[in-house]
Amino acid sequence: MKSFEGKALRWQWREGVLELTLDRPPANEIGTLMLGELEQFVRAAEALAPETSACILASGQKNGFSAGADLRELYQGAVALDGPASLAGVRSFLERIHAVLNWLDEAPFVTIAAVHGVCFGGGLELALVSDVLIADKMARFAFPELRLGLIPGFGGIPRLKRDLPNGFVRDLLLTGRSVNAARAQAVGLVAQLAAEGQALAIARSTAAQVVKFDPATRIAAKRFIKPLPREELRREIEIFCELFARPAVMSGLKRFVENSGPMPHQP
Amino acid sequence: MPALEKTTREVLDLAETHFKLQPGSLSAEDDFFKKLGIDSMQTLELLSRLENHFGIELPDYEVQGVSDFKTLAERIQSRL
Repeated sequence: MKSFEGKALRWQWREGVLELTLDRPPANEIGTLMLGELEQFVRAAEALAPETSACILASGQKNGFSAGADLRELYQGAVALDGPASLAGVRSFLERIHAVLNWLDEAPFVTIAAVHGVCFGGGLELALVSDVLIADKMARFAFPELRLGLIPGFGGIPRLKRDLPNGFVRDLLLTGRSVNAARAQAVGLVAQLAAEGQALAIARSTAAQVVKFDPATRIAAKRFIKPLPREELRREIEIFCELFARPAVMSGLKRFVENSGPMPHQP
Repeated sequence: MPALEKTTREVLDLAETHFKLQPGSLSAEDDFFKKLGIDSMQTLELLSRLENHFGIELPDYEVQGVSDFKTLAERIQSRL
């Protein structure tokens, strides 16, 4: 299969380039529907890997790349189930999303994220698996999880620690503030800046460049420069689950779900 | 012109241009949420435009709760 049209995303393969487009309103929230289709995508990408040089991760939603995990679904699930069942569901979700993101992180082709608008929380964690992050100059990045009494759970901290200066990671994580694309580029989170509305076009031209290189050399270079922080990724799931079991998290989720203000990502 | 007045004028000009309003249609005391009818995504976009225009960073927590252009300009002024 060289193309797929799902309810939360679509993808197509053409001339050595896979293009995945997240497209679930309002802002590509990552819940069970999106996760299921990402798992389907990874199975297809595995099969297509021998003939694939690059993969573009993009968004079809005008609001941005992704606002992160589907917190409404998380809250409703937690309300419907008792504590242990809810925690088991969260752990299962985390194990599955980690499997998807770890595979993409190590994929035997070059991954290029084309980011515009909001790229928050789980959405940023998805973008962080990419080898090259291209951002529209109006994009914004944030890890607002602490307002919920949680840490990022989709591999965010281990990947930030791998890729960026620790001082910036602390600022992003411990203040929960969002940063603009210029700042993100200055610290190395963003590799290339695009004019407004041009991130996908630049990602495509970057993919066209990547296709020219020898596949074996490309894979060797990627494996050498980008090791997967496996132990820390496992530890992140444990810390997330320890924190999730506390009542403060339900209060934080409830506040978010009921918040209709202009900055719901802030406490 | 005092710096704060200049900053306030620039904020108003930027908002009028971006939201395609008549020049002079916004004033410093206006509630921009009511006047512009912007949602959370547009608020973040406006924040990015202000940061890019002034060449500063304006953390979300410093503008959280701010709803008028004058106070917004004061927050910007403290970062210039």
